[in-house]
Amino acid sequence: MPDVTFTVDGKKLTAPAGTLLIDACRKAGIEIPAFCYYPGLSLQAACRMCVVRQEKVPKLQTACTTTVAEGQVFVTESPEIAQARKATIELLLGNHPLDCPVCDAGGECELQDMNFKYGAGESLYAEAKHHRDEQQWSPAVFYDRPRCILCYRCTRMCGEGMDVWALGVNNRGADSVIVPNDGQQLDCEQCGMCIDVCPVGALTSGSYRYKTRPWEMNHVSTVCTHCADGCKVTLGVRSTTDGAEIIRADNRDKSGINGDFLCAKGRFGFDFVESADRLTKPLVRNSAGKLEPATWEHALSVAAKKLKEIRDSRGGAAIGVIGSNRTTNEENYLLQKFSRTVLATNNIDHERTTDYASFARALAGHPGKTASLRDIASACAILLVGTNPTDEHPLLAWLLRTDVRLNRARLYIANHAPIKLERQARAMQGLPPNGYKDLTTILDRGETDLAKAVKAEESLIVIFGSEIRGTAIHNLVTWGLNRGPNPDSVRFACLGDHSNSRGAADMGLFPDLLPGYVPITEPGAFVEYADLPPAAGKTLSQMLDVATAGELGALLVVGANPVSRAPLNPAALKNTFLIVQDLFLTETATLAEVVLPAASLYEKSGTVTNTFGDVQIVRKAADRAGVKPDFEILVRLAEAMGGPIKGLVPFGRAGTTADLGQSRGAQSGEADRHAVWLEANGLEPRLSPFDPFALFDEIERLVPGYAIDRINLIAGNDVHSEPASPGLVPVTALAGEDFIVPAHDTLFTSGTLGRYSAALKQLEEHQAKELAKSAAD
Amino acid sequence: MSPNHPNPESIPVFSPQLAARFDALVQKYPVKRSALIPMLLYAQDEVGYLSDAVVAEVARRIGITELEVRNVATYYSMLRFRPAGQFNIQVCTNISCLLRGAYEVYERFQEELGVGPHGVTPDGVFSLEEVECVGACCWAPAVQVNYDFHDELKPDLVPGILSGYRGKAKAGNNGASSLEKKANSKEPHA
Repeated sequence: MPDVTFTVDGKKLTAPAGTLLIDACRKAGIEIPAFCYYPGLSLQAACRMCVVRQEKVPKLQTACTTTVAEGQVFVTESPEIAQARKATIELLLGNHPLDCPVCDAGGECELQDMNFKYGAGESLYAEAKHHRDEQQWSPAVFYDRPRCILCYRCTRMCGEGMDVWALGVNNRGADSVIVPNDGQQLDCEQCGMCIDVCPVGALTSGSYRYKTRPWEMNHVSTVCTHCADGCKVTLGVRSTTDGAEIIRADNRDKSGINGDFLCAKGRFGFDFVESADRLTKPLVRNSAGKLEPATWEHALSVAAKKLKEIRDSRGGAAIGVIGSNRTTNEENYLLQKFSRTVLATNNIDHERTTDYASFARALAGHPGKTASLRDIASACAILLVGTNPTDEHPLLAWLLRTDVRLNRARLYIANHAPIKLERQARAMQGLPPNGYKDLTTILDRGETDLAKAVKAEESLIVIFGSEIRGTAIHNLVTWGLNRGPNPDSVRFACLGDHSNSRGAADMGLFPDLLPGYVPITEPGAFVEYADLPPAAGKTLSQMLDVATAGELGALLVVGANPVSRAPLNPAALKNTFLIVQDLFLTETATLAEVVLPAASLYEKSGTVTNTFGDVQIVRKAADRAGVKPDFEILVRLAEAMGGPIKGLVPFGRAGTTADLGQSRGAQSGEADRHAVWLEANGLEPRLSPFDPFALFDEIERLVPGYAIDRINLIAGNDVHSEPASPGLVPVTALAGEDFIVPAHDTLFTSGTLGRYSAALKQLEEHQAKELAKSAAD
Repeated sequence: MSPNHPNPESIPVFSPQLAARFDALVQKYPVKRSALIPMLLYAQDEVGYLSDAVVAEVARRIGITELEVRNVATYYSMLRFRPAGQFNIQVCTNISCLLRGAYEVYERFQEELGVGPHGVTPDGVFSLEEVECVGACCWAPAVQVNYDFHDELKPDLVPGILSGYRGKAKAGNNGASSLEKKANSKEPHA
């Protein structure tokens, strides 16, 4: 649309013709109040708060439905408009209870703010207020009718945004009520988006209600620890006697890839952090064979002594290391560096949920071909192969739905099962469960509807799940790169599970690959590692086989539970000295000699990489006395083994030395601004061996694809990484395809963490009951 | 979504004639859901009220959720979710009728029938409700019984009206078919 010029409050503004006046004004810094208008949702024009005066139009107009055109003149603030808005608020207050002192929304309520702004402290309506009792619709959602101002945001969010359509409005006028789809109960995805968009306290959250006042919390912006999409989440935290607890999770500042979107896990599934089953003391197996609490010093020295003894007597090959899908990039990098340079072993792996290594190999030499999650939001055409994003990648599903709805994107789905996103799809291709390998043939043949439609697409993003592995990835990528005259028009994304499985793969938790998928046989920049073992090590299942044969001296497991994954005879590990770092006493941890209580992702700093390769910063929000981040545990373990830890983490004098700004003059604020500059450039002094950013400097320097825009990262934005950058040498033989076990998490499960989240369990039970009810119908 | 209603697949909710009419109706509009309100009205005339089964069946025929059907249906006071009497008496008490004695007529109906607003007589023949304008202001006060109008009323005319319908009830004519006549009639209350 061509730009038009119009006048608002005497200011000349320019916007594309057809832009909504409210949007054009907000962009220009003129705020027009609104309850029912919500960006991205259909227009309602129900609340009448956004009324403005338009020249030559007899009545006040709603800015949320007025589109701008050349030469229009508007006034957005005048005594007349203020009076109209005040009258609207008075009508709303006709029934709205003034229970603000106990309302969850008190302090962050849009109705309160409007009252304050327009001075509508009292209503002229003297009639008794309608009262209705509060209803609980699900473990997550409570509804307080008297507080509802009927803006319809929740019903539109649920229907248009989530494609769930679980909320409606019954009756008429002052009798109107929001109703859930199953009478008094909500049968839905329990995402809590309705609570999030509610401008008042009518919809409240089961986990947050009556817990605190908003201003009593600190708000920490970090990344969700559940699935691999990497939503930004703002955690509301409050001090407790033994640390800091998380009370709420949302993303109302709409920062990050996800905007205001969070799913049930992100919004309600943080309570595993507070679980009573959380380990808070190290455990060491005593002479009677029982795990008993010990001090950190004792536990670390027992573990270090044994590791050192085995390394020195039997060599590093007798030690195995299994890393985590949930720890930070810095921790993963440190773990592989610790394994390779301190434990002298390449026996390192992680629980693979998808084949990132083959993805990197297939794309080697083709930079710029990976899609970021942000690309999905505005893609013209997307081919989704396998997986069910609605359950396993809720943010991806949200972005796909939104892209189809707002941008008329064309979504193509190839799957072996029916999935909910088919409702948005332009064309579908059914496949037998083992038929994914034939997909490229079907696409090339161009006989089916989907193949024809995909062929006609000029640009395409291909997203595939763990159904596509090994050579199938190679075939799909090759098909994509050769599909049209313009190879720049295709990008790919590979979907895995868990919050940092991509980071685990990128950071080299592989027996045969160094960070950035650099083959161990051609270590490139990693020659600076002291005494890097030259031969590939053992994979996870090979390590367990060797352990069963009684030939693995020690196994260090960080944030993983291999025993539950591969049903294993508990006696299999009896000849192996098992050290486990975890949040909970998992099936693996119960077999360990030493258990070290680790901090969750919400209790540490660092970076994580989502499955699309977008790197984001993680900030410490909660705290729990007794636990330590895996980073610190590894550094302390290395120190207890007697190794010089400066080789492991470049900190202190040997790292970068820098000017703190003192030399730049005494102007107030200069040192502060200089510190910002230093941080943005990675130059501030790293004074602690526990500073993950000391290691991030090294990752940036050594790992192909991770030389990223640091200032954007630190500002809290997602920064795309490219493991297929020219630094990558194509790998010829990769072990691994067979060891991939996708997690297949649902909306309410999240591996080990989900088992310790009471909130997610309640939601799962609630939805199981709803499912049983509708099956009985 | 109520667990108690019967499976719409197993028990026919509508008569074959009405089902055929609905099949034609959903084809008539550019979007199926435009047929929603007429369907609800016709269904109410046949079944007597919008039972859970009716709501479920209408939702299924249009391809929307039951919740969406209820969103619309609850908006209109002429659509009901409980059975009314065989003859539903709607007494207008809007301004013209009010000025010409509608409340006396309404009270007389209550006395004669022994029921209050929204009441149903124990034999199920009559139900009574107060409604907004029925469009018969020139002949106020007026009442509408199902689709029949009675205008220029006085309280003393009430027993006669009621006995007329009692006779029809005994004869087994519930007057629902009068909708058919109404739909084809040009004069709304001739």
